[in-house]
Amino acid sequence: MSSMTDTPRQPFRLSMLIYDSRYRSITIQVVALIGFIAGVAWIVNNTIQNLATLGKSPDFGFLLEPAGYDINQRLIEYHSQMTHARAAFVGLLNTLLVAVAGCVLATIIGVFVGILRLSKNWLIGRLMTVYVEAQRNVPVLLWIVFLMAIVSEIPPRPADFRSGEAQMLFDSIAVTNRGIYIPEPLFANSLGDVTVLKGVLKDSFYFSISLDLIVLLAVFLGGLVISGLIKRRADRIQEATGERPTTWYLRLGIVFLPTLAVLYMLGFHLGYPVLKGFNFTGGIHLRNSFVALWIALSLYTAAFIAEIVRAGIMAISRGQTEAAAALGLRGGKIMSLVILPQALRIIIPPLISQYLNLTKNTSLAIAVGYMDITGTLGGITLNQTGRELECLLLLMLIYLTISLSISSVMNWYNERVKLTER
Amino acid sequence: MSEQSYVRDEMLPELPPPATEVGVIGWMRENLFSGWLNTILTLAGIVIVYFAVAAALPWFLNSVWNANSLSECREILEGEAGACWGVIRDRFNQLMFGFYPHEEQWRPVLAFVLLFVAIAPILFNPMPLEMKIAWGGFIIFGLWLLWITGAPILAHLAFLVAGLALYYEPWARKMLFFSALYPFIMVWLMWGGSAWYVISALLGFVIGYLIYRLLEPIMGFLIAVIVSVLVAIGWWFFLAAPFAAWMAGIIPLELTPVESRKFGGLMLSVMLGVTGIVGSLPLGIVLALARQSDLLIVKTISVGFIEFIRGVPLITLLFVASTLLNIFLPPGTEFDIILRVMIMVTLFASAYMAEVIRGGLAALPRGQYEAADALGLDYWKAQRLIIMPQALKISIPGIVSTFIGLFKDTTLVSIIGLLDMLGLANAIRATTAWNGIIWELYIFIAFVFFIFCFAMSRYSMYLERKLQTGH
Amino acid sequence: MKKTVFFGALAVAGMAAGVAAAGTLDDVKARGKLNCGVSTGLVGFAAPDANGNWEGFDVGVCRAVAAAVLGDPTAVEFVPTTGKTRFTALASGEVDMLARNTTWTFTRDVDLKFEFVGINYYDGQGFMAPKSLGVTSAKELDGATICIQTGTTTELNLADFFRANNMSYEPVPIETNAEAQQQYLAGACDVLTTDASGLAATRASFENPQDHIILPEIISKEPLGPLVRHGDQQWGDLVRWTLNALISAEELGITSANIDELAKGTKNPEINRILGTEGDLGGMLGLDKQWAYRAIKAGGNYGELFEKNIGENTPIGLARGLNAQWKDGGLIYSPPFR
Ligand SMILES: N[C@@H](CCC(=O)N[C@@H](CS)C(=O)NCC(=O)O)C(=O)O
Repeated sequence: MSSMTDTPRQPFRLSMLIYDSRYRSITIQVVALIGFIAGVAWIVNNTIQNLATLGKSPDFGFLLEPAGYDINQRLIEYHSQMTHARAAFVGLLNTLLVAVAGCVLATIIGVFVGILRLSKNWLIGRLMTVYVEAQRNVPVLLWIVFLMAIVSEIPPRPADFRSGEAQMLFDSIAVTNRGIYIPEPLFANSLGDVTVLKGVLKDSFYFSISLDLIVLLAVFLGGLVISGLIKRRADRIQEATGERPTTWYLRLGIVFLPTLAVLYMLGFHLGYPVLKGFNFTGGIHLRNSFVALWIALSLYTAAFIAEIVRAGIMAISRGQTEAAAALGLRGGKIMSLVILPQALRIIIPPLISQYLNLTKNTSLAIAVGYMDITGTLGGITLNQTGRELECLLLLMLIYLTISLSISSVMNWYNERVKLTER
Repeated sequence: MSEQSYVRDEMLPELPPPATEVGVIGWMRENLFSGWLNTILTLAGIVIVYFAVAAALPWFLNSVWNANSLSECREILEGEAGACWGVIRDRFNQLMFGFYPHEEQWRPVLAFVLLFVAIAPILFNPMPLEMKIAWGGFIIFGLWLLWITGAPILAHLAFLVAGLALYYEPWARKMLFFSALYPFIMVWLMWGGSAWYVISALLGFVIGYLIYRLLEPIMGFLIAVIVSVLVAIGWWFFLAAPFAAWMAGIIPLELTPVESRKFGGLMLSVMLGVTGIVGSLPLGIVLALARQSDLLIVKTISVGFIEFIRGVPLITLLFVASTLLNIFLPPGTEFDIILRVMIMVTLFASAYMAEVIRGGLAALPRGQYEAADALGLDYWKAQRLIIMPQALKISIPGIVSTFIGLFKDTTLVSIIGLLDMLGLANAIRATTAWNGIIWELYIFIAFVFFIFCFAMSRYSMYLERKLQTGH
Repeated sequence: MKKTVFFGALAVAGMAAGVAAAGTLDDVKARGKLNCGVSTGLVGFAAPDANGNWEGFDVGVCRAVAAAVLGDPTAVEFVPTTGKTRFTALASGEVDMLARNTTWTFTRDVDLKFEFVGINYYDGQGFMAPKSLGVTSAKELDGATICIQTGTTTELNLADFFRANNMSYEPVPIETNAEAQQQYLAGACDVLTTDASGLAATRASFENPQDHIILPEIISKEPLGPLVRHGDQQWGDLVRWTLNALISAEELGITSANIDELAKGTKNPEINRILGTEGDLGGMLGLDKQWAYRAIKAGGNYGELFEKNIGENTPIGLARGLNAQWKDGGLIYSPPFR
C-alpha cells in the first residue's frame, strides 16, 4: 500500500497552467470564455458606436405603434391601425399555418412516393425517380417562384367567369389566377367565440376561438375515446373466451353519430364563393401566394421524405416479414405489429428534421408575397420603421423558438425509442 | 440391363419460354401489368406522362432562338405557342457571369477549372483508371472553355500543366499543395489587383508555420501555436499591406481589379458555394472538435453557435448580412454586400459542416482513438495525424451534400437584391425587350442547377462506394 | 481600392480592415467613384439599357453629382435598390446617396435619420387600371385586388385611403416594379398603384399603353427627392447644391449647349457665381470652382433632364405641371446662389 503514494506535491508554477493536464483544461476553458466574451463585447461595442453615429438607439417601443399597412391573409382580426406587434402576430400565425399544412401534405405525398418508388412497376418507379431527382436537385426557391408563375399565369381571371369563358368546378370551387376559392363551413346557430387576451398590450395578441369548433372537437374526441374503450373490452373478451364480439358498427356509430348530430344542431352549411364586383367573395380564399408556397414546399420536402420512408422500409429485413408470417400473422397485422413499429423508429427522427427544414423554408414566403412573419416583422415593419436590429433580433428569436420546440420533440422521441430498445 | 430401362444421357434443350413471358410482352407483363393495382398505376402513369408531354412538347418543338425581344419572338411564332429561347441566347453571358467585365471573363473560368484540379488530389490518391480517362476529357473541356472566353496562352498553359501533373504519380501527391494554395489563387483571379496582396496574405501563414516549427521543440505545442498565431496576425495587420505595396512597386503582377459588386449569375452562386465550403471547413472542424470535447464552456459555446445557426432560416442571416453586418463591425468598415454575404454564408455553412464532421468523428471506430492513445500521442497530434484525416475522409459525401445544399441555397441571395441567376431573371424581365417572359428563364435556371447538383450527387454516391471499399 | 478588395477577401478569415470613418466626400474622392442608389428599373427614372448603361431622370442627378465631385459623369456605380432595400443600403454606407423616386416624409427624415436634400419631382399617388375593367374613379375600387410595392409610402397611403373611404381591398404585396408590371398585366390584380410618375413610366413600357388608364384621383403628396445619410453636413450640402445648380441653371437659361459660351463670363453675376467665374462657391463645398459647370454640362439643366427622360416628347410623356419652374407657375424653385 505504501507504494501508492501521491506524486510529490510540486509548488504551483504559472507554466503548469499549460503543461499540467490538471490545470490545462481549465486554462483552455478560461481562455475560450474570455475570448468569447471579448468577441461579443467587441460586436456590442461596435454596434453601440455605429448606432450612435446613425443617431439610433435600440428601442422596442415601435412594436406598439400603429402598423399602418394592410395584410391580405389574416387568420385573426387585423386592420392597418393595429400595432406592429399585432401585424407580427398575424404573420406568425400565417407562418405556422403554411408550416403545418406543408408538413401534412409533404408527409402524405412523401409516404406515397416512397412506397411507390419501391414498387416493381417499371413506369411508376421511373416517374417517381424523375420526381425525386427533379425536386432534390433544383433550389426550392426556384420551385416556389415557378409554382407562383403557374398559378398566376394559367388559371382564368375572375372576369372570365363573368363572361362565361370559365366555369366553377361543381359550382362551388373557383380556380382563378388570384387564388382558389373553396366553400367554407358556416354555422347558422353558432355558439359564438371566446376571445382571449383582449386589451393586453394595445390589443396586440388577442384572438378568438370558435366555440362551435371546440364543441365539435370535444364530441368527436369523446366518441373516439369511447370507441377505444369498446375495443379494449372486445380485446378482453377475445382473450378470455377466444371469441371476438362484432363491434365495428357500434364503434363507427359512436364516433360519427354524435358529431353529426352536433353539426346538425349548430346548423352546419357551406358558404359558397360567388362572383361579386371585382372578385369572388365568400368561401375560403386560398391565395396564390399561399397555394404556391404550400404546394412547392410540400412537393420539395416530400421528395426528401420519400427517400426517408423508402430507406426506413428497406432497412427492415425480409426476415422480419417472414418470421411474422411464420407466427401466423396476416398481412395487415404484419404491417401494423411488426414492420411499422420498427420502420417508424428509423423514419421518424429524420422526418422531424425535414419538418424543421420545411418550417424554416417557409421564410421564403417573402419571394411570393405571402405575409408570414418574415414578410411582416422582417419585411414591411422593418422597412417602414427602419428598426433593423430590433426586428431581426425578434425574428431570429421567434424562428429559434420554433426550431428548438421541434427539435425538442425529436429529442424526446429519440429518448423514448431508445428506452424501449433492448 | 441396358435394354430394360431407358436412361436419357443428355439434357433436353431448354424450351423457349411462352411468348407471353419473354420479349416486350413478357417484360411488360412482369414490370407493368402484374396485378390489378400495378395495372392501374401504370395506366395512371401513362396518362400523366401523356398530359405532360402533350402540354410541353409542342411548346418545346416550336422553339425560337434567334429573336432579340419577346415581341420579335411572338412575330416569328405568329400566334402559335412556342418557347422563346432567344432570351437565353441574348443574355447567356450575363446569366453566367453577371456584370463581370467581358474581357476578363476567362478569369472566373480559369478559377472554375482550377477548382477541379484543386479538388481532385483530395478525392483521389491515386486516380483510378476510369477517373484518368474522365480527367483527360475534362482537361480538353477546360481548355476549350478558356479558349472561347479568350484567355491568354499563359492561362491555358497553367491549367494544362496543373491538369497533367495529376497524371504523374509522384507529382499527384504534391498537388495537395496546390489545393492548399487554391483559395488564394482564386481570390487573386476573381478580384484581380496585384498578386502581391494575396501573396503577402499567404506569407502570413508561411511565417506562422515557420515560427511554429522553430518554437515547438523549444517551448512546446501550445505556446508555439499561440506565438505563431500572434505573429501571423501581426504580420497581416501591420506588415502585409506595406510589404505588398512595396513588392508591387518592384515586380508588378497585376490583373485588372474587379469589384465583387460585379459578380453575378451562375458565377456568383459557384463563388458563394465554394467560399462558403472552403471557409467553413476550418471553422467546422474547430466547432466539431469543440462540441465533442469535454470542456464544458468550450462545448457550450460551440453547441450554442451551431444550434443558433441551424435554428434560424438562412434568409434571416442574409438579412443580417444586408442590413446589420456593417453595424456589427468597427465604424467605417466597408465591405460590399457580396463580401458580407460571403461571410454570413460561411458562418451558416460552418454550423452544418460541424455536424457533418461530428458525424465523421462519431463514425470512426473507437479503436482508432484508443490506438492513438496507445501510441502516446497527445490530443492535437492524435487529431492531426490519426483522427481528422480519417474523419474527414468519411465525411466527404456529407461535405458534398452540404455543398449541394449550399449551392442551391445561394439562390436566396436574389431576395436581398443580389443578381444571381434568379435575381437576373427578374432584372431581365424588367427590361422592355423581355417584359413578360417567364418560363424560359426559370426552365433554363432549373436546368443549370439540375445539371450541377445531379452530377455532384451522383459523383458523391460513386465516391461513397469507393470510400467504402477503401476500408 | 485594391486594398479593400484584398482585405475584403481576407475578411472570411475573420479580419476586419478598419478604415477610419472619414467624410463621405473624402471617401468618394478616394474611391474615385460615386455609389448611387437607384431603382431596380423604372424606365425614364432609372433603368439600364441593353448595354448596361443606366439612364433616366434620377440617374441624371447621380451623374451631375459625380461630375461635380469627380469631374467625370460616368464615375458612378449604380446600385439598384428595391423599395425595401434602399434605406438599409444608404444607412449601411453601401451607397453614398439615393436618387430613387423616394418620398420626403417626416419619419424618414427624422426617425430614419436621413437628410432629404431637395425635391426633384412633385408627385402624388395614383391608380392605373385596364380600360376593360370599366372603372373611372378610385372611389369605385371597393373590393378590388391591388398590386402595391412593399416598403413604400404608397403602401401606407393605400391603407389610409381605403380606410377613410370605408372600402375594402385585397393588397398584393410586390417587391419590384418589374414584378408589379407582370402581375398587373397577367391580371393577378385589378389595379396597380404607385406614384403617378411611376405609373406613367410603367404604362409607357407596355405593349399597348392605350389599353390602360390612370384614374383621376391623386390620393397623396409624394415629393420625391435625393437623400443622403444624416450627420454628414458637408456631403448633404454638396448634393443639395448640385441639385439646386441644375434647377437654377434652367431658371437662368444655362443649358448644356450654351454653357461653354456662358462659362467665359457673363453680365449676370449669379450665372457667374454658379459657373465659377466669380467668387468661389465651390471652395466652400470643398470642391473647385468649376463644379457646377461640370454638373450642368453632364446632362444639361433640370429642364433638359426632364425633357430628355420623362418629358412630353418621350414615351412617358409627363407634362411639367407642378414641376415647372416657379416663374412658369410650378413649384420648382432653387434658393439663390450667393
Ligand atoms: N415614392 C414612394 C414609392 C417609390 C417607389 O418604390 N416607386 C416605384 C414605382 S414608381 C419604383 O420606383 N419602382 C422601381 C423599382 O422597383 O425598382 C416612396 O418613396 O415610398
